[in-house]
Amino acid sequence: MIAVAAEAPLLDARGLSKTFGIVEVLKDIDLSVRAGEVHAIIGENGAGKSTLMKILAGNHLPTRGEIRMDGQPVAFASPVDAEARGIVLVHQEILLAPDLSVAQNIYLGRELGRGLTVNDRAMNEGAAKAIADLGADIDPKTVVSRLSIAQRQLVQIARVLLVPHRIVIFDEPTASLTPHETEALLKVIKQIRAKGVGILYISHRLPEVKEIADRVTVLRDGRLVASHAAAELQPADMARLMVGRDVAKLYPDRHAARARETVLDVEALDVPGYAQNASFRLCKGEILGFAGLIGAGRTELMEGLVGLRPAHGTVRLNGSPAHFSDVHGSLKAGVAYLSEDRKGKGLLLTKDLRVNLTLASLGKFTSGLQIDRAKEAQALDQAIKDFDIRTGTKTILAGQLSGGNQQKLLLAKMMLLDPQVVIIDEPTRGIDIGNKEQIYKFIAALAEEGRSIIVVSSEMPELIGICDRILVMRSGRIVGEVTGEHMNENEIVGLATGVTAGEAA
Amino acid sequence: MSVAATDTPKAPKTSRDWDMAAIAPFIALALLLLLGYFANPNFISVANLLNVITRSAFIAIIALGATYVISSGGLDLSVGSMVAFVASLMILFMNSGTIGDPMLMLIAAMILATVLGAACGLANGLITTVGRIEPFIATLGTMGIFRGLTTWLSQGGAITLRDREMQALYRPVYFGTLAGIPIPIVIIFVTAAIAAFVLYRTRYGRHLIAVGSNEDVARYSGISVNRVRTIAYVVQGLCVAVAVILYVPRLGSTSATTGILWELQAITAVVVGGTALRGGVGRIWGTVCGAFILEIVGNIMILSNFVSEYLIGAIQGAIIIIAMLVQRLLMRR
Ligand SMILES: Nc1ncnc2c1ncn2[C@@H]1O[C@H](COP(=O)(O)OP(=O)(O)OP(=O)(O)O)[C@@H](O)[C@H]1O
Ligand SMILES: [Mg+2]
Repeated sequence: MIAVAAEAPLLDARGLSKTFGIVEVLKDIDLSVRAGEVHAIIGENGAGKSTLMKILAGNHLPTRGEIRMDGQPVAFASPVDAEARGIVLVHQEILLAPDLSVAQNIYLGRELGRGLTVNDRAMNEGAAKAIADLGADIDPKTVVSRLSIAQRQLVQIARVLLVPHRIVIFDEPTASLTPHETEALLKVIKQIRAKGVGILYISHRLPEVKEIADRVTVLRDGRLVASHAAAELQPADMARLMVGRDVAKLYPDRHAARARETVLDVEALDVPGYAQNASFRLCKGEILGFAGLIGAGRTELMEGLVGLRPAHGTVRLNGSPAHFSDVHGSLKAGVAYLSEDRKGKGLLLTKDLRVNLTLASLGKFTSGLQIDRAKEAQALDQAIKDFDIRTGTKTILAGQLSGGNQQKLLLAKMMLLDPQVVIIDEPTRGIDIGNKEQIYKFIAALAEEGRSIIVVSSEMPELIGICDRILVMRSGRIVGEVTGEHMNENEIVGLATGVTAGEAA
Repeated sequence: MSVAATDTPKAPKTSRDWDMAAIAPFIALALLLLLGYFANPNFISVANLLNVITRSAFIAIIALGATYVISSGGLDLSVGSMVAFVASLMILFMNSGTIGDPMLMLIAAMILATVLGAACGLANGLITTVGRIEPFIATLGTMGIFRGLTTWLSQGGAITLRDREMQALYRPVYFGTLAGIPIPIVIIFVTAAIAAFVLYRTRYGRHLIAVGSNEDVARYSGISVNRVRTIAYVVQGLCVAVAVILYVPRLGSTSATTGILWELQAITAVVVGGTALRGGVGRIWGTVCGAFILEIVGNIMILSNFVSEYLIGAIQGAIIIIAMLVQRLLMRR
């Protein structure tokens, strides 16, 4: 509420409210963006951040309230209207055409022409430059369906930044990025801020918010609970404002790993094109981390292991050889894989929560020929309670849950299978700090119960905080293992990039 | 700290839209009945209605199978030729006289038709899943094959059930009644009830919808996508077999033109019934309703004198487009 109103804000929203059906998800929000400032919006999963941003970018109409630009009231019937006024939004979800190339996606709808034909060369060059500016290295001719989630996120950012803009809204742009790409993105944001662009920035990574933001606004349950100059807040204060209580200790206490029997033994596993000669062991009750840069082949290695991709090598489960040709086989053996791509591969977005929850374990809900819907409903109630899934109503579609709550639903879905080995790819992507704490506690509890867990993550503090051991991958190979006091960011980054900390600096 | 408010008295907007799309075909059917009544009061007579519904039986039953294939994200263009092919083989078998006792012969012929239908469906399923050929192309191919084989079997003429005794024995399957209701109508509803049970209540049905709405999610959830899709084509084949078993006693004969364009009528019935062509949604009772609508439109045109009955094809085409527009409208709100 600090008024440094040297000039009128670029955009000024008053009393915005939004109701879906009978659920009011935003109540009376006042928000402004000035030229040349980064205004961060933080809040728990489901607090209404994305909904608010979508209203400002013309994706939703507000139920009540008004938006002014340069002092004039405006109404956006569609994102095209908002873009015409210079407001662009980098969506939290990936919205790209999977069968088109990176360059074609970046220029989709505003192709560069040369007479009657499109000028592919110019578009490829432009796309390569836009991506290089973001500190990434992606061939603009690659088809998007072959990219990882993080790479797609970067393509999406590059695409949006090519539109002439006065206000850029970033909805969790860094959720799937590793520190390297995050740093490059923050640099880009600082550059456009210096040009006088107003920026709205959503992130669950509070240190990052502290670094980039000039102002911070906190939403809780659809209400604006605080708005401060960033200088006045520390990450711990932000967490408290968001969650409404102290989040002092993010990572749970773990008992030091005792000598335990090996559950999963992987020897010389090759996933052609992605990972070579991967060997590792996983013990009972252990949490094993996989670190590495984007494109290091961690996800593909895990997908090869559970039969989602062709792979060769020796896999032993509890001492006996196992080969999974599909997920059906791996689930039956007690190995569950939770995809990093929860929207594309984890949940049926157009189906309700109940159907999604039981999809992988319908056998447990079938008596005779029939699915027992009452039992399913009961399981949903239980999951909503156990995983603290926040939703206005239980009849909502999975695609309408907020990002973080979708992740919790996916966790709940896989846990119904009661797996012995759980492989979680990016367990807390897009999850707020309070829920992160819960999920870590939950993972630790699974290990206590004697299950074995593999965590693939781009967030190093998370790996260091919860894992017993961390394996580091680089260009498809496992290049090292860190344990004990060697579990620190320098050591991991050194292995992941192939440069020692001294050289990198 | 917020509490998860999970008990809300009313359903949200989303599920209301859902319901609207589901009941739209029934509203359309009701309006048509009304229209029919004004066009010609005879239309609404019980005899006429039973007659119309009986005639929709073939398309309705085939369309039930098409609902499975389409909601799994597939398409089957071969069903019309499959009817001709299976029916021809069935008649040839009955004419062969390999079994002396007519009753036994009839039962054997019905079993043969069922097995043949399932086998044709299995072939379609394996070509699209294991062979990884687009369903449109794969079934366009088998459509040609089934039609060609039928023409060859009939040598361009007709294949007719010759045995009088057999004809008399078989006739009631189409022309008979059960408690006053024509048997084809009974069969429509029994088949639909089974189809609805399997689709809505069993594990297979849930898997089918999952595969149709997002193949990747299905695969990552441990569902064998190819198996689910293949079974959908087999179900389609079985439905064709049931339609054939009803069809043969009606005319007792097939030719190279039997079942022509039935695939399009079946797909129309499915779409008019509210099933999405892109997969992931299946509406069994909507499909039955869609098949009735198609037949009733034809009947009204014949009974009334406004429009030439030669325009039936054009009107049916218009119905598809209107149905799609209505669906679109309902979805958008
Ligand atoms: N189309 C919709 N229909 C019904 N409810 C919706 C719809 N879209 C969002 N919601 C609900 O609105 C609330 C706010 O969602 P929103 O996506 O804005 O949260 P968020 O703050 O961005 O969370 P996250 O940090 O998880 O991304 C949630 O409870 C969500 O379930
Ligand atoms: Mg969000």
